[in-house]
Amino acid sequence: MLLASETAAASGWFLAHAWLIPVIPAVAFFLIIFFGKRLPRGGSEIGIAAMLASLVIASGTAYQWIHLVGSTEHADAVSKTVTWFEIGSLKVGIGSRIDGLAMMLLFLVAFISTLVQIYSTEYVRGDRRYTHFFASLTLFSAGMLTMVLAPNMVQLILGWEIMGLCSFMLIGHWWEERANSEAALKAFWTVRVGDMGLLVGTGVLLALFGNLDISEINTKAAEFSGNHALLAFAAVALFIACIGKSGQFPLHTWLPDAMAGPTPVSSLLHSSTMVVAGVFLVARLYPVFHTGLDINIVGHHFNLIAIIGGITVLIAAGLAFVQNDIKKVLAYSTVSQLGYMMMGLGVGAWMPAVFHIFTHAFFKCCLFLCAGSVAHTGSHHSFDMKKDMGGLRKKMPITFGTWMISTAALCGVPFFSGFFSKDEIIDSAKGNDYKVFFVVGLIGAFMTTAYMTRATYLTFFGKARGGAAHFVGEHEDHSHEEAHDEGHDKADAHGHDDHHAPVVHGKPLSFAPDDSPWQITVPLMILGALALVAGYLNAAPFKIEKFHEWLHSSIGVEVPEAPKFEWLNAVPSILLVAAGFAVSLLICKAVFGEGNSPLKGLTQRNALLGAGHKFLVNKYYLDTLYEKVIVRSIAHPISAAAYWTNQHILDGIVNGVGKGGKKTGELVYKYIDQGLVDGVVNGSGTTATHAGGALQPVQSGKVNLYGALLFGAAAVGALVLVLVNS
Amino acid sequence: MIEFPILTMLVLVPVIGSVLVALISKRYPDLVKVTALVTSVLTAGMSIWLLAAFKTNNADFQFASQHEWIKAWGISWHLGVDGISIFLVVLTGVLFPLVIVGIDPHHDHKRYLSWMLLLEAGVMGSFISLDLFLFFVFFEIVLVPMYFLIGGWGYDNRVYAATKFFLFTMIGSAFMLVGIIATAVLAKADNGHVTFDLIKIAENASFAASTGRWLFFAFAIAFAVKVPLFPLHTWLPDAHTQAPTGGSVILAGVLLKMGTYGLLRFGVFLFPEAAVWARPLFLTLAVAGIIWGAIAATMQTDLKRLVAYSSVAHLGFIVLGTFALTATAITGGVMQMVNHGISTGALFILVGMIYDRRHTREISKLRGLQKVAPIFAAVFTVVMLSSIGVPGLNGFVGEFMVLIGSFGTARWWVVVATTGVILAALYLLWAYQRVFHGEPDEDNKSFAELKWKEGMLLLPFIGLIVFCGLYPKPMIDRIQPSVDKLLQHVSQHSDFKVPAPAEPVISNGGEG
Repeated sequence: MLLASETAAASGWFLAHAWLIPVIPAVAFFLIIFFGKRLPRGGSEIGIAAMLASLVIASGTAYQWIHLVGSTEHADAVSKTVTWFEIGSLKVGIGSRIDGLAMMLLFLVAFISTLVQIYSTEYVRGDRRYTHFFASLTLFSAGMLTMVLAPNMVQLILGWEIMGLCSFMLIGHWWEERANSEAALKAFWTVRVGDMGLLVGTGVLLALFGNLDISEINTKAAEFSGNHALLAFAAVALFIACIGKSGQFPLHTWLPDAMAGPTPVSSLLHSSTMVVAGVFLVARLYPVFHTGLDINIVGHHFNLIAIIGGITVLIAAGLAFVQNDIKKVLAYSTVSQLGYMMMGLGVGAWMPAVFHIFTHAFFKCCLFLCAGSVAHTGSHHSFDMKKDMGGLRKKMPITFGTWMISTAALCGVPFFSGFFSKDEIIDSAKGNDYKVFFVVGLIGAFMTTAYMTRATYLTFFGKARGGAAHFVGEHEDHSHEEAHDEGHDKADAHGHDDHHAPVVHGKPLSFAPDDSPWQITVPLMILGALALVAGYLNAAPFKIEKFHEWLHSSIGVEVPEAPKFEWLNAVPSILLVAAGFAVSLLICKAVFGEGNSPLKGLTQRNALLGAGHKFLVNKYYLDTLYEKVIVRSIAHPISAAAYWTNQHILDGIVNGVGKGGKKTGELVYKYIDQGLVDGVVNGSGTTATHAGGALQPVQSGKVNLYGALLFGAAAVGALVLVLVNS
Repeated sequence: MIEFPILTMLVLVPVIGSVLVALISKRYPDLVKVTALVTSVLTAGMSIWLLAAFKTNNADFQFASQHEWIKAWGISWHLGVDGISIFLVVLTGVLFPLVIVGIDPHHDHKRYLSWMLLLEAGVMGSFISLDLFLFFVFFEIVLVPMYFLIGGWGYDNRVYAATKFFLFTMIGSAFMLVGIIATAVLAKADNGHVTFDLIKIAENASFAASTGRWLFFAFAIAFAVKVPLFPLHTWLPDAHTQAPTGGSVILAGVLLKMGTYGLLRFGVFLFPEAAVWARPLFLTLAVAGIIWGAIAATMQTDLKRLVAYSSVAHLGFIVLGTFALTATAITGGVMQMVNHGISTGALFILVGMIYDRRHTREISKLRGLQKVAPIFAAVFTVVMLSSIGVPGLNGFVGEFMVLIGSFGTARWWVVVATTGVILAALYLLWAYQRVFHGEPDEDNKSFAELKWKEGMLLLPFIGLIVFCGLYPKPMIDRIQPSVDKLLQHVSQHSDFKVPAPAEPVISNGGEG
């Protein structure tokens, strides 16, 4: 493999060696697999060291990129590729291509992965597959990093698939239990359905542009003037892949099930890797989507990306209301936020959408890790908010504090990071004349606040229940003990994080003696702090545009200027957030609080509300549609019919000829045996019957004879053919 | 000085080995094994040497050797390899010693090994013959040992399967024999004398369109059975399921490739006009096979049968690439022939190991094997992923090239075929989940971990899976010139316009 290019050399060491960022964790994966078990810390030290090394290089890369942007008028992507294989004149390379978008995600992935790995050392301590866990986690990060760096579609697919595979291993980490193993399969398949789009889309791009290089594709797509329908086809195909990977409607159903994996996996999966990959793909090939799907064309108020994103925002937020499992609330919240990102890309708000990837990663990762911290320490490894949580705020101050900051960021409370990104998306939807999606964004903001208030109330406020009561030491009678055991058993059956002894191993920080050990709380505090401040990289109200400055060259196509920020425009969303909080708090107090309220049990009493509740609990019956209707029909009637056809019709013709002609066959057979009939002459007429008859096991063994007959027939046939044609 | 007749030796050495093994008395079982091993390793060594000496970027037949055989009929001993066949030759050479040394037939070693070596000679000969008659002889020789291997060392229903295999292939061959004789006779007008020489006929003969099409079909049926192309595939699952592990490995690894190879060499090359004309039919059957094989595999309860149906689907991709008639697609198809041989061969070995331990291949009776045999599970995972076509392993490159390359000339077929990629993940991972995940029950608790010897057998497969996946360049460099030449031949002899290759990539990728 010879070096094909060296454009990066002049720009700085880190930019030229960015390829090391995914390579280090990839190598670490093998080291952990082969040597991890023999190491004192079971391989986790290799994983953390590798992620730290990646983080250092990613930081250096980010620094040098920012420097480059500052020093030149128009900073182009810095590429370095080596040829992987060539097909004629089509060279497929692997390497690195650094631009603003790649730089940002490289840093983000390396950073979050490092924290998650530190967190995991405590969280999965004593796990039966501790070493494997760290190996998969490391490879998973390597996959995402490979994809982010990709200079061409092939490497992108490579990273994309590695991630898909690792998600299978990680979600199904506790595969002894069926539910986990099935959730892993479901995730893999659903994403795989989308992968079909990725392959087809890549094929179309190659056919259109004769090239798989991302820079080339983007340049050519931006000034495209060829067959527009074909480009639209490519964009739709690629977007299907994004729907699968980023859990957009209607393929979002795998994401909540994926909660069967250990919590660190969920947090990694849902913050900076895997589900972000779909959004990343749209952002990476934005000119293809922008041109192909007519985004920002005057008079077009809808396009596929915005519609799917918008629907996802709302339906996922709706589902988050009826979950009892804290991780599932967060999972649907992720789906909904990914909807925001897609919607942003769909309305031409590239920068806010990408900025939302950035801010979302910190607070969502933090929220998941908080949930894990609660389960690890506070609720006896249960994630059931109604059964085993409540009233935890005093005992777990760090977890509670970081949770509150992250929740505020997620809800878009002013001056927290989520506000700056989410509000920009909503603002841009209005500014770019996508009024419907402006409204969707506002409603989404209201719903987000409402369901997060509910989750917060159930987890940290009110009366401690089940496992939490046990932890807080509030249980006044023994019924709780029982309830706790029950809850625990139930959690077992559902296969949540319950596989380690319910003893806290690590050392908690001195100022929060009852909270989780430091390996858990330190990452929480770092992430919490970032959830607070990360937004100030691109804070429109304060005229800070650093993020924009570093990344804008990655858009690759002309998009409308972001509307000028005015506090007046932000008022509706701020009001709705406040309203969401107030309404939800009131209802929560009434429904889950101590007092007697007419709202309690309303869904049981009111038929309409009950039906709505049931509809939500059943996830709009989408899973039923997929599993009971589509998959079952493929797995059962269709494949059964296919197999039946196979055995009875296709094979049956052969066997049938045999059975039908068996008698004749036997007769002829007898004659031949007795040497009375001239085999060759007779044989050419009865070949077919022989062929069938011989399939009866009784008559086998005379293959040579049949062979002779067949060749006799062949000779005659050849003669006929020659005569006819000459 | 006469050049060392390496191709002739590739055929002769296994034949000699086979005869020797047959002659050695049963009283010396070790001598039998050593003889078989030595001859097969010798053949493997020669095939590897052949690869090393093979000239890259050369489209012609190399190491060609031609000797008159039956002069009156224009039949000659004409051998040669080019980019399309070289890797099949090497795969054959490498696979046989692995099977011979690594897989125990459990009884009657002498006859087993003798048939094995004869099989190797036949397969090898088929891949290097450049004479129609010679090719036919080798193509047919293969049947006999395979029939006895399945019938003699297979499982319960082996006789039925063996007979079915034999008759299916034989009927196809009968058509081909018709085609061969007719081709030679009809080409006389253009050649001036009767000849069975492939290259002479392909270059000189000018069949009338209808004649060419008849002849093409006579050949194509034989190959379609061998591939097997939907709907002629029904012999394959039976043959695979009933064959002994070694037989299955050879069957999937190289025998099926005789069909796809034949379609390229004796279909597309010999009758370009007819092949172009028949494209829609073959593309449709290929895609039908991909989907059909995958769906049928999904519902198998027998692990080995599942792998057999997955072969039907994979071979569909190869045929799709062949008839897409672009350089990328055909090159991808040829690579897929080799890669499928490696990964499916390894899968059959693994399934064989499961059977040896548990005496069942029923998926429902296996559970939780990952817990008791993690290394075995890891190896199985790698092989399975290669079969699924995960990037970085060998299955990906060929499949990807077929899909990408076919898009220009067979767009809608490709779109449908892509579902096959998803389904492959579906049935294989599902099977994996059922067999390896979960808590092992009493029967599965004693499942033995991978043994040292088994590991050594699988190591070369894993090595090839990783190497070909990570670094496919050497393969492509050797295959593609011959494919380009073939396509040039096709466009000269038919009105098919081979799409211009993709415009060159600016290799540095960046603009800076």
